[in-house]
Amino acid sequence: MHAHAIKLTVVPGGKSAPDTEETTTMEPTITQTAAAPASTAPARPIPLLQDRIRREQVATLLKTLLLPLLTFAVVIAAWSYIHIHVAPEFPAPSETWEHAKDILADPFYDTGPNDMGIGWQLMYSLGRVAAGFGLAALVGIPLGFAMGMSRGVQMALSPLIQILKPVSPLAWLPIGLLLFKAVDPSAIFVIFITCIWPMVINTATGVKAIPQDYMNVAAVLKLGKVELIRRILFPATLPYVVTGMRLSLGIAWMVIVAAEMLTGGIGIGFWLWDEWNNLNVSSIILAIGIIGGVGIVLDLMMGWAQNRLDYSKR
Amino acid sequence: MSAYLDLQNIDMTFATAKGEFNALKDVNLKVQKGEFLALIGHSGCGKSTVLNIVAGLLDASAGVALLKDREIRGPGPNRAVVFQNHSLLPWLTVSENVKLAVDKVMADKPKAERREWVMHNLRLVHMEAAADKRPGEISGGMKQRVGIARALAMQPDVLLMDEPFGALDALTRAHLQDSVMEIQAKLNNTVLMITHDVDEAVLLSDRIVMMTNGPSATIGEILTVDLPRPRHRLKLAEDPHYHHLRGQVLEFLYQKQHKAA
Repeated sequence: MHAHAIKLTVVPGGKSAPDTEETTTMEPTITQTAAAPASTAPARPIPLLQDRIRREQVATLLKTLLLPLLTFAVVIAAWSYIHIHVAPEFPAPSETWEHAKDILADPFYDTGPNDMGIGWQLMYSLGRVAAGFGLAALVGIPLGFAMGMSRGVQMALSPLIQILKPVSPLAWLPIGLLLFKAVDPSAIFVIFITCIWPMVINTATGVKAIPQDYMNVAAVLKLGKVELIRRILFPATLPYVVTGMRLSLGIAWMVIVAAEMLTGGIGIGFWLWDEWNNLNVSSIILAIGIIGGVGIVLDLMMGWAQNRLDYSKR
Repeated sequence: MSAYLDLQNIDMTFATAKGEFNALKDVNLKVQKGEFLALIGHSGCGKSTVLNIVAGLLDASAGVALLKDREIRGPGPNRAVVFQNHSLLPWLTVSENVKLAVDKVMADKPKAERREWVMHNLRLVHMEAAADKRPGEISGGMKQRVGIARALAMQPDVLLMDEPFGALDALTRAHLQDSVMEIQAKLNNTVLMITHDVDEAVLLSDRIVMMTNGPSATIGEILTVDLPRPRHRLKLAEDPHYHHLRGQVLEFLYQKQHKAA
């Protein structure tokens, strides 16, 4: 959950792709003539080959399904072993399953602020992450652009960011509580701090990585400052920006659980801690599974956004 | 008669970590309107520096560069550049890449006219069919065609080409050279082209400017290519005068300018 554990200057792929493509591709006229004899032959599939392809497909499918299932089976077996032989207070898989069905049957019940369904707990956590993430994007992306474009800004801010970046965002929680005197804004503040460094650093890296060629094109066309940002800098940097956002969202989802354990109130992190206080270990196991699942969904969403926005992946 | 493009006593010194590096010394060159000039020389002889000074991307340390009797200051679309690695913007389609330039230089013209001008220039380089493709979806040769279309669309006073076909395979290069000759016959642009390729220089240009090796590179010889146009590469292959010209460039490059390798 520490921000510094993740390499922040991730470069989106595709930088080298156009170059390799350039040397291997030929003029269309040439490829057409070369392809002509092949297309005149009747499209008769070779049965043996088709069989082999189908067999390979089935084998791949089995592998992608069976191997993960096998892993889960091993985990559940180990879990049962621990329950029976090591720590009997640890709930059995079947117990946990029954408990999970109970909890998930009514995720959105609401009998007052101290007793809400797990769905609500998740919603509150996601809301805080969204708020902190959004604020960080509003501040961090322009800041990253400023750093990438101006050597002065870069020199002014870089040492501060280098010092603050490796700090666990949770270290900021007391300062949030002191400043805002409330739980919600403090948690949002922590998420803001979590998200801002990858966004600033990736955006700045992206701006600095813009090939000199694009800048030469802009110079020859005499693009003004606004046009330069809108037509060249922003689209060229977008893949880096989205990568930074994806990284920060992943870390934010880890941090919110810990932050809520400390702040209390409503939220999946607090719920998990509360269940621990009630010695509901089944709930904790369930929460771990749910937090993981939501994390996957968040990452898939960012991955989808990345594919939509990243010109090198279209 | 004053020259259309006139380089006078150009000196270029770069400040490097190891001290000053004198790349160009006393470069003098006069180019007439409609002339096709090839700049040839070994790597590191400062060919690109000359081109970048004309483009305005570099400022000469001493001397002046005049275009139509006005001093060149900074880059501008009247000196369009075809870059070696095409430099198309990968997030724009082929036509949008050309449109970016057209919108800039024809800002006062109506939209329909600008759109037609984009397509007109894509047709010149035979790329109208790929107008809606992105640079990532087309071959290296096609990208370079679009780069040429973008430069032509700016209707530059001088068209600058920085080893435009250097990254292409031999067959693709030949296709593009033919296209450039065809376009040049139609438009009669003033062209300054950097090349490494002796055949390309003789085939395309009216004069070949041969540069000495750096540091302190300058123009060694200028060879007038008096082959009649239109030129055909197959016919030239049997033309003794073509071989004579080619031999002169080779002799300059490999005998008079030994590369201390």
